[in-house]
Amino acid sequence: MSDVVMAEIRKDYLYHLVLKGERADGRAFDEYRDINLETGPIRKADGSALVRLGKTQVMVGVKIQPGEPFSDTPNKGVIITNAELVPLASPNFEPGPPNEVGIELARVVDRGVRESGAIDLEALCIAPGEKVWIVFIDVHILDDCGNLMDASSLGAIAALMTAKVPAAQYNLGEDYPLPVKDIPVATTAVEFGDATIFDPDTDEESVADTKLTVITTADGSVCGMQKSGPGFLSQDHIYRIVDIACERAREIREKFLEV
Amino acid sequence: MGMEEKVSFFKDGLRLDGRRADELRPIKMEVGVLARADGSCYMEMGDNKVIAAVYGPREVHPRHLQEATRAIVRYRYNMASFSVEERKRPGPDRRSYEVSKVSREALEPVILTSYFPKSVVDIFVEVLQADAGTRTAGINAASVALADAGIPMKSLISSCAAGKVDGEIVLDPMKIEDNLGEADVPIAMTPGGDITLLQMDGRLAPEEFRRALELAKTGCQQIYEIQRKVLVDRYSSISGSGSCDQAPALAEDEIHE
Repeated sequence: MSDVVMAEIRKDYLYHLVLKGERADGRAFDEYRDINLETGPIRKADGSALVRLGKTQVMVGVKIQPGEPFSDTPNKGVIITNAELVPLASPNFEPGPPNEVGIELARVVDRGVRESGAIDLEALCIAPGEKVWIVFIDVHILDDCGNLMDASSLGAIAALMTAKVPAAQYNLGEDYPLPVKDIPVATTAVEFGDATIFDPDTDEESVADTKLTVITTADGSVCGMQKSGPGFLSQDHIYRIVDIACERAREIREKFLEV
Repeated sequence: MGMEEKVSFFKDGLRLDGRRADELRPIKMEVGVLARADGSCYMEMGDNKVIAAVYGPREVHPRHLQEATRAIVRYRYNMASFSVEERKRPGPDRRSYEVSKVSREALEPVILTSYFPKSVVDIFVEVLQADAGTRTAGINAASVALADAGIPMKSLISSCAAGKVDGEIVLDPMKIEDNLGEADVPIAMTPGGDITLLQMDGRLAPEEFRRALELAKTGCQQIYEIQRKVLVDRYSSISGSGSCDQAPALAEDEIHE
């Protein structure tokens, strides 16, 4: 019950701020919190990244192992993405198998990597039909202060870009960098009445009922989208979100992912 | 398999099944096909065959899920093991969890949940045969099943996808177009044009995305007319009261819980 009352008070407060054109932390509507990206913190992983998006913290680890290809793609490597919303990251997370929020998060991160063609799957074939490299992307949420989609997606591509295929370990030649061909970046906005707010924190997420994630590629195409939450989106707002998303994604890509 | 072979998706300007780029697959809808459910609908969209059932508003089990001020909505999308080419392992998988979530969120905005505090509206969708577009077919059927169950709603929801094949934006992609095409954009919307489902995978320039969204909207509008017609046909022949279980028409301010 107190949760409901708090949510109502908070909603009222945040809503009225937005009417005045403000956010609780003083950001502009299309402004991201500070991003801090650290690659390679986990030596035992084949690629890893720690993303801090404001106070949100996400660790992504990539493990690459030989395994069997899918029968319909015998000469292609495999991507498997998982997300764990571990109870240390939020009072709202519970132990146990992933719930639909965790599954959705993993599938949207996966969609960005897969649909952008970021990983050259054919280059991950060892013996057609028998052995290919399997790339496991594991997203570990450490502190949920909002916008897990963007933080996780950024962590995933950063971890992949710095990942090594551990060939030597399996007597398959020398280690080599994972071939990455594109840099997908996810950008998320929530709807607040008539306003659109990017990179929502947890408070903003809890009072907004609609969220749209747009994933764009290096050439400015859209390679993935996900509307989430029980609300409406108008066509105008969708177009506006896509336009701003392309811009923000370009900035993030230039600043953190291009060398 | 010859997956790498170049498949042409158009012949003499028409698609492999003879459709124009902006044409839906044939649709068949039937209301009230299940005796036990409070509302139900069977739908065919091309080779997709889905059936939706609605139970409720009814008591929530487990109890801790109930909400003091509104009904909760649950949506279970399930594929029959025989619905696809290669047998699918029965039961939920990660894809079906995600489809269930976005489908629920596509319908929830129009359901007047505040009329039924502490209860649940359960929506079950079974995919009997799949040929790309099962989530949109499921939403279309579920929307009609909700109306059939007498659940108060702001409007119906209609859903369909647009895709890109051979560089062209097409409406309602079928399996081969979805598998080998360049993009898929499923949407759902109200007759007023508010969008309640939006997903996308593949690759589209922002301008192509706009065209895909516009085209999918025209598909939704056509589907809305069909949904409306099957409901009118079903219920215009039922005269007087008693034949359909109407939910009590409470105004929102009459509720004091």
